[in-house]
Amino acid sequence: MSTEAAHHILSYRKLTAIWGALLVLTALTVLITRAELGALKVWAALAIASVKSGLVIAFFMHMKYESRPFRIILFVALVTLAIFIGFTFFDVLYR
Amino acid sequence: MSLPATSSDGFWSDTGKTGIASWIFSTDHKRIGLLYLYSVLGFFLVGVLLGVLLRLELMAPGRTIMGPQTYNATFTVHGVVMIFLFIIPSIPASFGNLVMPIQIGARDVAFPRLNLFSWWLYVIGAVIVLTALFTGGGPPDTGWTFYVPFSAKTGTNVSLAVLGVFVLGFSSILTGINFVTTIHRLRAEGMTWGRLPLFVWSLYATAWVQILATPIIAITLVLVFVERVVGTGLFDPSRGGDPIMFQHLFWIYSHPAVYIMILPAMGVISEIIPVFSRKPIFGYKMIAFSSLAIAAAGSVVWGHHMYTSGMSDTAILVFSFLTFIVAIPSAIKVFNWVSTLYKGSISLEAPMLFALSFVLLFSIGGLSGLVLGAAATDIHVHDTHFVVGHFHYVMFGGTGFAFFGALHYWLPKFYGRRYAEKPALVAWALMFVGFNIMYFTMQVLGIRGMPRRYYDYLPEFARLNLVATIGSWILVLGLIILLVNLFRGLFRGEAVGANPWGGATLEWSIPTPPPTENFEEDPVVTHGPYDFKGAGKP
Ligand code: HEM
Repeated sequence: MSTEAAHHILSYRKLTAIWGALLVLTALTVLITRAELGALKVWAALAIASVKSGLVIAFFMHMKYESRPFRIILFVALVTLAIFIGFTFFDVLYR
Repeated sequence: MSLPATSSDGFWSDTGKTGIASWIFSTDHKRIGLLYLYSVLGFFLVGVLLGVLLRLELMAPGRTIMGPQTYNATFTVHGVVMIFLFIIPSIPASFGNLVMPIQIGARDVAFPRLNLFSWWLYVIGAVIVLTALFTGGGPPDTGWTFYVPFSAKTGTNVSLAVLGVFVLGFSSILTGINFVTTIHRLRAEGMTWGRLPLFVWSLYATAWVQILATPIIAITLVLVFVERVVGTGLFDPSRGGDPIMFQHLFWIYSHPAVYIMILPAMGVISEIIPVFSRKPIFGYKMIAFSSLAIAAAGSVVWGHHMYTSGMSDTAILVFSFLTFIVAIPSAIKVFNWVSTLYKGSISLEAPMLFALSFVLLFSIGGLSGLVLGAAATDIHVHDTHFVVGHFHYVMFGGTGFAFFGALHYWLPKFYGRRYAEKPALVAWALMFVGFNIMYFTMQVLGIRGMPRRYYDYLPEFARLNLVATIGSWILVLGLIILLVNLFRGLFRGEAVGANPWGGATLEWSIPTPPPTENFEEDPVVTHGPYDFKGAGKP
């Protein structure tokens, strides 16, 4: 880990801004449930959730400022999760 | 825990704390390994007792010693104890902690405090599980698989039991993180990846499965808990939920978990066989690689537990195909072990006998697994005693026997004393014979149609059930002799030197028992783990 990465500290302003963005997105999730979107609703909710977790991972969990191995490990976990979820669709999609 | 006669030596004496605190608050990987060893052995004995009670009930048709509800609770608790409290932590947490750091030339694991913490989590989880047996609606009766909808509805104390298993999961994850980091960061100079003992390779593969798969069971069990407490309806079709989803989530972890159980055992066998054949292991690279391959391929075959669940036919096809792929790396290992034996100078001492019976019993278990992996045959034998026989062959005949082999192979190193050879051979013979009488018979019963998880059966199954029950007595007799002989020997037996078996891995190059920090000075490794010309030197 480079010393620069280890000591990166986010300013309060930035943290608050991200927190604000998360709140807005949460409100958006609630609002969509009222809209007439049909099946799209699920995709919209998932998309918003992905953006939110992306923000949390990048800033609150510091991943944006970490060195390579940490990002790779995170990536491995995400790929694993994608495989697990993906394979259940062999069942769900063809039932 | 009393100290062995040579307690003035090595890590047994050298500690800042005294009495029990020198154990339960120790961060020495060897002491933690022993803590784990005694904990898992204790639970193993509890599990064995319950298993014997199950067999007693099945000795004759009708009610023999217990009624249906007690039987349901007994097999559930037997399963939960054996899986979560014995076999998952058995080899990795005990022998992994005891020998892995020494084998790679390290003074301890990467995170010693985390290591102690994970043992504490294990104890806390175990206490919660045990509390569940005596509180609330009584011991769970769902089977160790906690399938919904029954687990969401039963009045027995499932909620507390799943919380206990949740905590145990964290213990397992922490051990995994610790081992991966240790193996990456703390190898001694000259300990290249190509010189890692195969036991370490197997722990490495296992650790990744522990890290990546365990969170899923943890979350799944929380979902069952939430379902029971607030009724979310996640698994309830009448509220848009899906009970098959539970089975997916459960087996996404629990199938890889069987590799958490078997891989370290395969590592033990890969250590014992070359040492007792006085010959380098055949196909080092392939054995190391097949551990990783088993871990990877084994993670995507969970659906083979669900052929009869109502899952789609496409999924059955895919999972059945993938299941057959796992047989390849498993067979690679078996062939390599057998090739190692070829023209070796084989000495049939206790650890070797257990290792050889592992190869045979694991092969029987593995081949019967193919019967279950093929959907066409599985549909007939699903949920019969054939399955019960199959998984006891791989888990007990496999991992269990490897664990006994490891006890005989490594414990003398840590106690400085050893068991007597003859009683060990008698114990092994009784266990091997009893084991096969019991479980082979159970497989035959299953093929004939006797379902699992019932306290009673049709009269035509009576004779074979009696045979199986007699087998369980022979097995347990052998087990008692084994334990008495082993522990008598460790505390009062003949003293052993640094390298009683002539092994070439690093643990045999340091004094017996190992000093607190393992190595006086950091070793520089100059030869491979099965290069017996270098035995006794780093
Ligand atoms: C003396 C030793 C043992 C005996 C006599 C024994 C006996 C049994 C019997 C008779 C059953 C079937 C109950 C039924 O389906 O009606 C059973 C189930 C089971 N056993 Fe064992 N067993 C022994 C050791 C082990 C070991 C070492 C393990 C694992 C490491 C193990 C794991 C299990 C599991 C997971 C189940 C399934 C429980 C369930 O259906 O939920 N057993 N055992």
